[in-house]
Amino acid sequence: MGAQKKVAAASRVREDSEDLSRQRLQAIVLADSFTTQFRPITLERPKVLLPLVNIPMIDYTLAWLESAGIEEIFVFCCAHSSQVIDYLEKSEWYSRPNPNLLVRTIVSPKSTSVGDALRYIYEQQTETSQIQGDFVLVSGDTVSNMPLADLIQEHRDRKKKDEKAIMTMVIKKQSRLGLGSDKIFMAVDPLTKQLLHYEEDIARIGDLCLDKSLLDSTVLVCNDMQDCYIDICSSEVLSLFEDNFDYQHLRRHFVNGLLVDDIMGYKIFTHEIQSSFYAARIDNLRSYDMVSKNIIQRWTYPYVPDINFSGNRALKLGRRGIYRASDAVQSRSADIGASTVIGYGTKIGNGGKIFNSVIGNGCCIGSNVVIQGSYIWNNVTIEDGCEIRNAIVCDGVKIRAGAVLQPGVVLSFNVVVGRDFVVPAYSKVSLLQQPTTEDSDEEMEYAGSSSGTADLLSGVNNLQLESKASELGPDGTGYIWKVCDNAHDEEWKHSVVPIPMDKLADITRAMDDDDIEDESVVPPSGELKSDTDSINTDANDDYGYFEREVEETFLMAIIKDDVDHVIRLINSRRFAYNMASADCAGAVFYSMMRLAVNTPHNSASELYRNATTIITKWKGVLGFYLKQTDEQIEVIMKFEEMCEESAELGPLFAQIVHFLYEKDVVQEDAILRWGEEKAGADESDKVYLKQCEALIQWLKEASEEEEEEDS
Amino acid sequence: MDFQVVILAGGFSSYLVPLVSKEVPKALLPVANRPVLSYVLDLLESSNLKDLIVVVEGEDAALKVGGWISSACVDRLHVEVAAVAENVGTAGALRAIAHHLTAKDILIVSGDIVSDIPPGAVAATHRRHDAAVTVMLCAQPVSGPSESGGSGGKDKTKKPACDDIIGLDSLKQFLLYIAKGTEIKKDTRVKKSILCAAGKMEIRSDLMDSHIYAFKRAVLQEVLDQKPAFRSLKQDVLPYLVRTQLRSDVFSDQSNVEENGNGNGKNNMQNNEVVLSQILSNASMPSFHQVYESGLGTRKTHKCCVYIADESKYFVRLNSIQAFMDVNRDVIGESNHLSGYSFSAHHNIVHPSAELGSKTTVGPHCMLGEGSQVGDKCSVKRSVIGRHCRIGSNVKIVNSVVMDHATIGDGCSIQGSVICSNAQLQERVTLRDCQVEAGYVVCAGSEHKGETFARK
Repeated sequence: MGAQKKVAAASRVREDSEDLSRQRLQAIVLADSFTTQFRPITLERPKVLLPLVNIPMIDYTLAWLESAGIEEIFVFCCAHSSQVIDYLEKSEWYSRPNPNLLVRTIVSPKSTSVGDALRYIYEQQTETSQIQGDFVLVSGDTVSNMPLADLIQEHRDRKKKDEKAIMTMVIKKQSRLGLGSDKIFMAVDPLTKQLLHYEEDIARIGDLCLDKSLLDSTVLVCNDMQDCYIDICSSEVLSLFEDNFDYQHLRRHFVNGLLVDDIMGYKIFTHEIQSSFYAARIDNLRSYDMVSKNIIQRWTYPYVPDINFSGNRALKLGRRGIYRASDAVQSRSADIGASTVIGYGTKIGNGGKIFNSVIGNGCCIGSNVVIQGSYIWNNVTIEDGCEIRNAIVCDGVKIRAGAVLQPGVVLSFNVVVGRDFVVPAYSKVSLLQQPTTEDSDEEMEYAGSSSGTADLLSGVNNLQLESKASELGPDGTGYIWKVCDNAHDEEWKHSVVPIPMDKLADITRAMDDDDIEDESVVPPSGELKSDTDSINTDANDDYGYFEREVEETFLMAIIKDDVDHVIRLINSRRFAYNMASADCAGAVFYSMMRLAVNTPHNSASELYRNATTIITKWKGVLGFYLKQTDEQIEVIMKFEEMCEESAELGPLFAQIVHFLYEKDVVQEDAILRWGEEKAGADESDKVYLKQCEALIQWLKEASEEEEEEDS
Repeated sequence: MDFQVVILAGGFSSYLVPLVSKEVPKALLPVANRPVLSYVLDLLESSNLKDLIVVVEGEDAALKVGGWISSACVDRLHVEVAAVAENVGTAGALRAIAHHLTAKDILIVSGDIVSDIPPGAVAATHRRHDAAVTVMLCAQPVSGPSESGGSGGKDKTKKPACDDIIGLDSLKQFLLYIAKGTEIKKDTRVKKSILCAAGKMEIRSDLMDSHIYAFKRAVLQEVLDQKPAFRSLKQDVLPYLVRTQLRSDVFSDQSNVEENGNGNGKNNMQNNEVVLSQILSNASMPSFHQVYESGLGTRKTHKCCVYIADESKYFVRLNSIQAFMDVNRDVIGESNHLSGYSFSAHHNIVHPSAELGSKTTVGPHCMLGEGSQVGDKCSVKRSVIGRHCRIGSNVKIVNSVVMDHATIGDGCSIQGSVICSNAQLQERVTLRDCQVEAGYVVCAGSEHKGETFARK
């Protein structure tokens, strides 16, 4: 081990002394995104093999890396590693070996995050020292046509000048507000391009906090940049992952860790690519949709469907952005609209209407089918009269006549949709049952998609046996996955459907509301309220609502003049709000006093009379809730609060308390204990205590007398 | 140009004691032998802004300032002098004179500025963008700012010397964020909504608010009415407007609102979709305000613009004794185009009526006022000497300001000091970095360093 390290160190020294340009250009392609965004599809096939405009995603990545002059590519496989390896072995990358390009695979089925993957590579490194120096780290779902050589050179030059510059991140000006990927707030030094702050936007509201130390020089805060997830890393990156074994996510943990914790002063730089080049990563269905459209619109040239760049069969580009395979059969009456791709061996029946969609190879589409904004993969059968809007339909799916896919539907492999069945919007359908053992979101995020697959696959057979389990109509097969409650709201964000208008309005409104709230709540110092505060106010709010409802109930109920009836109604409120009996008492008493104040009166004595009448009449209700001394104290305190708010009631405090005592609503104990509690309060708080001094004195004497009498 | 100019001339600034006094309010402090206010007036006149209101704190001070203005420039400019109570703050001062304001736009200039940045450019920028407020920014002096905090130098509560932290959009047209460096404790909080709308924000600490603002009158008055607690333009009104620029509570103009309202009502329905997709496709158009506004429909926005002065321009606010020294030095030295005088071949100005004794030298970057007498064997370097001063023999004056009617005895040596008018230095006084109050008498033979001479 030690010897190997020495060798590695020695080789590094040698490299440094040698001309750096002779270093092999290396890249690590992560053939697993370690997320669950593409479930249920990714349960059966790895994401990098999913067709993007009829070509597996990884081919785009590899073709780009090849043309960018990368000499050695390590494909890191994790989930479904055998599928990835199989594919690569059969593909041109192996069969048509390019003398200048070496594609290797690294398999580690146990890795569940980028962090794990890089740690695994690091461990391998000590034995084989495959990675020699700087390398390009990309995900296997990256589509780009940017040149890398200059960028790598820039990184190396910077590294030579500044040892601590260990990573260069590629960013790109966002051409549109893609809600699919979370928006990113970045702070960059405009001169050196050093990254100073990185924040994935969870809520698009509130404030962005920048450390004061950043503000010594000019800082550029961007919200319109897109992180391409293309990184040029130096070898330190690997060892940093090894040292910080809790780093999982490349951005959330590694980048933020470096920026916030300032580990050894390492720096990250950004490189903004020119707008003439394309770079994007597919990390959810929305970006899948977006990138597909961009490919069709030829932003990714030369990686477009009419060019053979990875052993794919080139399609013919017609007018209006229609790509068509030479052997596709299409009825004359079918209407093929703009920006559509039709793959090899596909047949399209009469009178259909297809636009803005991608149709794979070997599909069979019946008559009068409407397909709009959808992605139909290979060997799909769509029978007559179906309607498909903004959906993803995987290989081997059968959609029987008359079925309708509402926007946002995802049909995983080999699902059958029954005749005339309507698949509800945003549903995800698979032959596999939804994994039920999801502990938490975090777990979900990193759970290797391979973990439960074996069990699930065995489930497929069961399903086919007992097809009655179908949720897709009598002649259909497949499970509709339930959406987690918290994810439901997010569903529209990440689907291929254009964002609905009302949601957009919601977002803007949310931002707007945030502004308003901000204005009133945030003190000039800019300090935000602590969480505990907001919780308290919530609780208070709840009580406020409860109080109001009780008041309403009370006012309604007294018309009926029935104590039991009032109690019943208030109890129902009480359980609805989960309030203690003391709260009820407080609220009832509050309502009574409000009633007294609201009853017309000309003088304080009249008000007192009003109050006494009401108390006399409804003391039963109060009594029901005032069985404990504590509750009685609560009512006195409540009354105090009221008096503070209402100038009229203030002077009557002592009188009414006395009256309550006389009517046995509050006991002597309660008043005395309240007095004791209040004795320690601030002077300003003691106003009402002073009013009651005489009463308390009298009560004390009375009890002493009683005691004396007793003895 | 339908611009009304308000000059906030302040009253007696505590930062400038003992230079200011009951006799000499801040606005009349001499810079190269003429009141600092005259520089502001010249500057405004050069931009053809002639309708001016000079706001002075305190009745006495207002009388003094008014007296000077009527004697100096009544023929060229239309100037009104308004007195307001002391310590009302800049916002308070504007509230007090609100009834005088009638024009569509108001240009507010601090009365203690010595600069050659054309205020007309600010006004033009303001008009071009139809902004609610336009702020002029200039480069922060490298040597560390002599910024005193409060506008007009009146807010004593603020600590002096702090940087402005300013957020601009990518085209440097709009002001997205403004804060005082000292008020930021640990981190800056930038509103995400504004950031989202603007796309990019450049946060800079090398710019300084120059206290020249153009406001829409309606906006300014609305804010002053709505927020009675606002005291300072810079610390309250401006940050408020910047913060609320995407959800404006202030309506720029009544007629404007109606017009817009109608327009919006009609177009909103049809345009909504178009505009929403616009937002989607391009969130960082230069006029992000409009995009944002039409996206929301019901909300109005207002624009906060900036005019960034060229770095080569001169700008100093006379709000500390150090600044006073600097301004005097610069105006007769490096930036002598500001003084309005024509300099001799020796780069100095000696009034023809001044009398110089034998073997007395007046070096470059000096000024000697009308009727002053200097005795034999004196040396004056980089200093300003006022009118009718009497300076004995063997006197050395370096880097100092001597105001009108001062008397300096034989053998004195003055360095880096300010001698106010009618002050008297008896024989052989040595002063270094001192300030002598008006009319004060410094005893013969004394030697002082870094002291302030005042009667109280």
